[in-house]
Amino acid sequence: MPENLFKVNREEYMLPGNRACQGCGLSLSYRYVLKALRENTILTLPASCLTVLHGLYPTTSVVIPCLNCTFASTAASAAGLVAGLAATGKTDTTVVAVAGDGGTYDIGIQALSGAAERGTDFIFVCYDNEGYMNTGTQRSSATPMGALTTTTPILTKEQNKKDMLKIMEAHDIAYIATTSPAYPLDLYDKFVKAKRIKGTRYMQIHVPCPPGWGYPPRETVKLARLAIETGVFVLFEIENGKFRLTGRSKSLAEKGTRIPLTNYLERQDRFKKMSADQLSQLQKFVDNKWNEYLKKSAS
Amino acid sequence: MTMAEVQIMTGNTAAAIAAKLCQVQVVAAYPITPQTSITETLSQYIESGALKAEYVRVEGEHSALTVCISASTVGARAFTSTSSHGLLYMHEQLHWAAGSRLPIVMCCVNRGVGAPWSIFNDQQDSIAQRDTGWIQIYCRDNQEIIDTVIQSYRIAEEVYAPVMVCYDGFVLSHTMMPVSVPEAALVNSFLPPYKPHTFLSAENPRNINPVIFPHMRKNSAGVLCDGYMEMRYKLQKSLEKAKDTIIAVGMQYTKLTGRDYSELLWHYKTEDADIVLTGMGSIATEATVAVDQLRLQGIKAGVVGVRVFRPFPRIALQKALQGARAIFVLEKAISYGYEGALCSDIKAALYGTGISAPMHNYIAGLGGRDVKAREIAAAVETSLGEINNKKTHNKTVWINCRQ
Amino acid sequence: MEKKDKNISAMSTPAVGEAGLTGDWRDMKPVIDHSKCIPAVKKKAACYLCWLYCPEGVIKAGIPVEIDMDYCKGCGICAEECPAKAIAMVTEEG
Repeated sequence: MPENLFKVNREEYMLPGNRACQGCGLSLSYRYVLKALRENTILTLPASCLTVLHGLYPTTSVVIPCLNCTFASTAASAAGLVAGLAATGKTDTTVVAVAGDGGTYDIGIQALSGAAERGTDFIFVCYDNEGYMNTGTQRSSATPMGALTTTTPILTKEQNKKDMLKIMEAHDIAYIATTSPAYPLDLYDKFVKAKRIKGTRYMQIHVPCPPGWGYPPRETVKLARLAIETGVFVLFEIENGKFRLTGRSKSLAEKGTRIPLTNYLERQDRFKKMSADQLSQLQKFVDNKWNEYLKKSAS
Repeated sequence: MTMAEVQIMTGNTAAAIAAKLCQVQVVAAYPITPQTSITETLSQYIESGALKAEYVRVEGEHSALTVCISASTVGARAFTSTSSHGLLYMHEQLHWAAGSRLPIVMCCVNRGVGAPWSIFNDQQDSIAQRDTGWIQIYCRDNQEIIDTVIQSYRIAEEVYAPVMVCYDGFVLSHTMMPVSVPEAALVNSFLPPYKPHTFLSAENPRNINPVIFPHMRKNSAGVLCDGYMEMRYKLQKSLEKAKDTIIAVGMQYTKLTGRDYSELLWHYKTEDADIVLTGMGSIATEATVAVDQLRLQGIKAGVVGVRVFRPFPRIALQKALQGARAIFVLEKAISYGYEGALCSDIKAALYGTGISAPMHNYIAGLGGRDVKAREIAAAVETSLGEINNKKTHNKTVWINCRQ
Repeated sequence: MEKKDKNISAMSTPAVGEAGLTGDWRDMKPVIDHSKCIPAVKKKAACYLCWLYCPEGVIKAGIPVEIDMDYCKGCGICAEECPAKAIAMVTEEG
């Protein structure tokens, strides 16, 4: 096991004592994102939990150059970095945009679609904690059906989670990958791979959030794992249009059985008001998506 | 002084040629009437290799200015242009660019704003952005457009504040005028390479534009760093000092080209005028024709044209309006719920100076309505009558508008 | 003589403890039983899942494993994920 662990870049780019919550899924994931990206990287990020993790003026907790931008503009900010670096002859720096689900699926989607459509040479990372967590857990289009949020406080979220991955696939970009803090080495490997690819690369990380989802912080990795075991979250890559399942999702598809959704849902307070009808709808939704993925990997 | 060639061209072409002469490195823009041809001309230059630059064909104006912001942050000279709703759409980013202290130059081809839709000229778009921290310069003709864009990069890169070069849509953007195009060598000697103040290096990583507290805080080296207010105070102080920079740059440009840019205001027949008309851009040019008509009636009128609107030329205006017995402020915009912004700004500048001449605010040409010199002259004559009868010290008049 | 901030825009410099001593956040602290901890028992580099899963990166993958208590926020992920159940979350005194 250690040989595997120690092939990972040992450098820590996140300094201790930052403002992320106890047990933050983003914090864990980001450690490995930065280890994979290394020093010759420029980050750009919008208003989100990550802004707070990066720290308040005049101190930052991250040892990689970073440009903060407005909420809607993340991918455009990255596009400007790419253009500026190209124009000034600095071509060995990787431009990486990192936004939450709000800054990707909702307010940030226009700029992201534009940058992807133009084939902008950058990595866009969406850390999906399934809600507007930095502002106190409001509903986003990435929030799963049946979840309580402060803006769906009684009726819970009506709609299913928007399939952002399908949207990015429709842009015919160079590389798409899904990753999870349950499997940090898989995450690390995919980011190392992404760094070497030219063109638009879209990375999605499924990020459990203790205060937003309502579970004890110690269960962050457990929940990320359960999401994969149930098929709520699926690990895959699409490289130049070719889809393949990876890691635990691949072995689940080939020889395992997904466990029922309730194993995942019952550990989170945000699902406690879910109706039986919503549960069966959500189970069907997850099953259908899983079958779509199976079909894609067979073709 | 070198012989530059004179060409007949539209205001938009002049703007594009200026950007090319300034060797801008990143252009990001989105189509909107009536500025679109600037971006089309620049696309031609870039795709043909005449201008070596990155052109980012963004999906909206908010992204256009965003691209300029991050490109400028990493040291590229950036340019964009827009009008009306495009400017409004990027409003958030205007504040962001100024607070970031980035020397972006943007042409705003003035056009009215909805609702309802207007594609025609007025200045509501740029005047509504006066609080954002951008330097604003208004051009009278196409020669001024090419000259102002070139000077604006010098100004912006010295002051570290963005500059908006405003000119009237269709009136200037689409009208052909003779323009003397400065030679590339002249512009190169006038405009040194851009030196960003921002750090974005792996060796010296920084987190740029994070959240900042209200109060000052010590960094890990023990330096007491600014709070939000100190940062903003620095912006304000820089803009106030920018008046001197604008004049100094203007005087240097005057020496190189023979065209006079040594002042924040321009003057027409003001030497013996006691009736002063003032305004920005082409409406002030129209006022010069009205002044000629008024003088035929024996009225000693003159025009003080406001070229630089932000930073506001308070002292220069106090001097220029000292001898006025009546002041008429022409504006193609209004701060709804009160009066024209230029009029309010002038009144504030005169406060406490003892200059208490009656001031009438003429709201004219909204949504592109044609403003005729004789209408201006007639309004002045009416106003003078009211003033002489000791009525209305202070009035807002809507010119040629059914009421 | 107080050093003034020469920056005209906000550019933060990196430092540990941006949020202060985040060890203060804890109400439970991780305690490692080195008689169960696999690298300690085997006396060689092994396991280190606690190091892998720590969101703060405050666990040192040495022999023995050490946790930086100045900055450990007490989330308990290490205790949850340890395959040898060698880490217990214990209430902080005081």
